[in-house]
Amino acid sequence: MKHRFTIFALIVLALLSYALYQALVVAPTEQTMGDVQRIFYYHVPSAWTAFLLFFINFLASIWYLVQRKPAADIVALTTAEVGTVFCTVVLVTGPLWARPVWGIWWTWDVRLTSTLVLWLIYVSYLILRRFSTGSQTPVLAAALAIFGFVDVPIVYLSIWFFRTQHPQPVMGGGGSLDPRMWHALLINWLAFLAFALLVCSIRYRLEFLQRELEETQALESLLEPKP
Amino acid sequence: MSRLAEITVATLSKDLRLEWRSKDAINSMLFFALLVVVIFSFAFNPTAEESRRIAGGLVWVAFLFAAVVALNQTWARELRNQVLDAYRVSPAPDNALFLAKAIGNFLFVAVLEALMTPLFVVFYNLRALGPAYQLLLVAAFGTWALVVNGTFFAAISLRTRSREVMLPLILFPISIPALLAMVEATTAILTGEFSARFWIVLLAVYDVVFTTVCLVLFETVLHAE
Amino acid sequence: MNFLDAAYIATWLIHIAYLTTLVGRFKKLRQEIGQLPRK
Repeated sequence: MKHRFTIFALIVLALLSYALYQALVVAPTEQTMGDVQRIFYYHVPSAWTAFLLFFINFLASIWYLVQRKPAADIVALTTAEVGTVFCTVVLVTGPLWARPVWGIWWTWDVRLTSTLVLWLIYVSYLILRRFSTGSQTPVLAAALAIFGFVDVPIVYLSIWFFRTQHPQPVMGGGGSLDPRMWHALLINWLAFLAFALLVCSIRYRLEFLQRELEETQALESLLEPKP
Repeated sequence: MSRLAEITVATLSKDLRLEWRSKDAINSMLFFALLVVVIFSFAFNPTAEESRRIAGGLVWVAFLFAAVVALNQTWARELRNQVLDAYRVSPAPDNALFLAKAIGNFLFVAVLEALMTPLFVVFYNLRALGPAYQLLLVAAFGTWALVVNGTFFAAISLRTRSREVMLPLILFPISIPALLAMVEATTAILTGEFSARFWIVLLAVYDVVFTTVCLVLFETVLHAE
Repeated sequence: MNFLDAAYIATWLIHIAYLTTLVGRFKKLRQEIGQLPRK
């Protein structure tokens, strides 16, 4: 088991290195924005990965409510946490890209602003999980996760319309991409997906072991002879 | 279906009667609402033209604060008297309880808004340049959007530490599209510069979607200890 | 340092920070397992 993990980790590392090479060296320099545009190869795949993880969280939450399997709850927790990490990356790389290109840190760009709301929703989910007392936290968290994910299209739509009323710079390059750029983008997405899978497997194992430990500790205290 | 309606109405009228008799919550809410308007007026002191542009935002933030204060005590009475346990075992449909609470909160917040609005009009010299009747639609749909999710999340927050903070903390992010719609629609109507129609429709869609989600999930949450 | 480097470095700092918290939690877990009385 441990060998498989190490091998997977090495593959991920190799993929990430290759992807980095693609992003910084192989992909051609963009005409209008210059080298700064290369942030795109980290910014966009992180966004897609975060979104995929949140979607899995949505499915796992429904699965938990229907079948009440602890594994479903652990998947939900894991994907929410790792998804939030990737979401943070999107929110940090976004302004770092916007500032040199458009002169302002925050442009109320549709995708970036929607990502901010998404981040807020999932951070509130994680805080609920941490602050909730009692044994039914997974049920309550699953309910909140469903609310959150259902909200996503409405968030996007509302911000999109807001922007048509208050036009601002559009990020992310409207035009079509050079095939070498597509290639670099997809390689980076693959690499980050694999990385996300690796991190999720670590987090899953941690949570699983922690719960087993708690059960054992609870059992121990029940079986201890009373003084 | 009519059994649901019967029990909803019965629970709602019980709540309203209790509220009317004790008057505690009402009086403190009224004073709180007045305070909010005055403080906002001190904090933001725009000229007449500017005020039409920003009043939408100010008014809804103020209503949001008032709503949170009202929502936080949604289940307080039930908790104090262990009524929730009685509800869980009774054959009454759980959604009746939810609807009664949500409608009760809606009426409550609507009263607060009705009181705060003339004060805002006075302090900010407001006059609607667009179709003023639409403001009623915005207020109705917008308030329901906040209250329906707020009532549900108040139930989720019952078993958390820092319960009063947890409610707004989970309510606000999810309410962002509704808040944006309320503010934009109000600004549209006050300034008359663009149409509020899209925002009103968005609010209606938001209301339908989340009322459905709340009704589907409430039973699960109520029975979660 | 230009914005491109800052973005790439920031990305990895965020991921490494998260992984570091995971490693820390694993260490604590191992300690607690060690403290369990042996059957």
